[in-house]
Amino acid sequence: MQVQLIGVLEAHTGKVWNVKWHPEGSVLASCGEDKSIRLWGLSDNNWKVKTLLQDGHQKTIREVSWSPCGKFLASASFDATTAIWDKTSGEFECTATLEGHENEVKSVSWSVSGNYLATCSRDKSVWIWSVDNNEYECEAVLNAHSQDVKRVVWHPNEDLLASCSYDNTIKLFKEDPSDNEWITIATLSSHESTVWGITFDKTGTRLASCSDDGTVKIWKQYIPGNQEGVATPDNYPTWKCVCTLTGFHSGIIYDISWCHLTDLIATACSDNGIRIFKEVTDSNSNEPTFELLAIQDSAHNEDVNSVCWHPKEAGILASCSDDSQIRLWSISDELD
Amino acid sequence: MTSSTLQNVNPKLFLKCDQRLITDDELNDDVRDLFDEREVFDLIRNINDPEHPLTLEELHVVDIDNIKVDNANNKIEVLFTPTIPHCSLATLIGLTIRVQLLRSLPPRFKVTVKISPGTHTSEKAINKQLGDKERVAAAMENSTLLETINNCIATIEKTTKQV
Repeated sequence: MQVQLIGVLEAHTGKVWNVKWHPEGSVLASCGEDKSIRLWGLSDNNWKVKTLLQDGHQKTIREVSWSPCGKFLASASFDATTAIWDKTSGEFECTATLEGHENEVKSVSWSVSGNYLATCSRDKSVWIWSVDNNEYECEAVLNAHSQDVKRVVWHPNEDLLASCSYDNTIKLFKEDPSDNEWITIATLSSHESTVWGITFDKTGTRLASCSDDGTVKIWKQYIPGNQEGVATPDNYPTWKCVCTLTGFHSGIIYDISWCHLTDLIATACSDNGIRIFKEVTDSNSNEPTFELLAIQDSAHNEDVNSVCWHPKEAGILASCSDDSQIRLWSISDELD
Repeated sequence: MTSSTLQNVNPKLFLKCDQRLITDDELNDDVRDLFDEREVFDLIRNINDPEHPLTLEELHVVDIDNIKVDNANNKIEVLFTPTIPHCSLATLIGLTIRVQLLRSLPPRFKVTVKISPGTHTSEKAINKQLGDKERVAAAMENSTLLETINNCIATIEKTTKQV
């Protein structure tokens, strides 16, 4: 495996907290401490800021998230609000500001159907908003976590939400069809400190998580009536930790991204490094083995805050850091 | 942040250490000298306690022996000792130390600020908060909290001028 630096994107001042590829892959959105969102695109083989979105937030923008249709961008801010940026008129405009959280909004995510938006906050709650024709209404306030909620991520194929928290757990939420109430269907406990990032594989039957405890965990879904005989109380799937990657990271792991094209897993670590993992061929799905394929030491000059795989081009990874930079990487097989 | 009832009414006082002696090499711009424990200590020793007009050094909250500098790996660890094991200001003191070091040291350093083991009843919870850079970043955007922190740090300049 070869990791090659193919781009250095500089424009932000201060920490860059998050990067997200547009669903079509031609635009990269970034956000950070400077309260701005930048949309990057290629022109004459150089990555340039095509659009600068400012004045939407009073404080740090912690995360950005594209709607599955690619026409909307949501931004979560320490100013306790979530802004919706709409491109339907041609230019990005802030058309809605979602309020309600008591303090910092840490994360925002769109469901695959485009019908829901989820936000989470230091106020320990997860909010689910219904999306209808640019109207956003709070559907549910979930107070399942006992601490600061760090991240919300929707399932790739269905309206199932995952969240992770400072309380060391991951929780899964689903709407109960009998009464349309959103409920907690699973609590995933095993990490020994804050869970910073979660990512589903392309099938949505597995989840990878990363933590302050320096480990990555792989969780597998066991549906009711599974052959392995894993108990499924209340007829909801059980999620079990089937693999723990220990000893690979020498710091806090702030983000994790599971590529839906190549199945590679990338991690962003406080030791400034980026690591790439892959499941070993023929590994037992109930006790899978993952190997470290590549490590890029000093990928950045400071903590790496986020990693995001390109949705269309296999092996292209974006990362961002406290060092104000965004970097683009090409990860390829040496034999090619 | 200072409450009407003092947390520690009668804190024990300690003598301040001598001024640092600056060597010729340190004044010479052509010589590249590494960070040492004393330099880090000097950055935080004169932080004012949030409730007493005394420095963290005088209250023995910070101590040069509780600072570790690892230049090769860009790591600095500072342990601090709250004056009493139930001190509700411990998080604020730790945060002030962390903010001061974030502002003063080159960004290559990974700074850890923790409570000296066994000196506070909520040691684990406070260490976790101080180790969460996202919460530290949010705290630094909270104007009320930032003012309190800046007031604690601002006394450094006063003290330095008096000397």
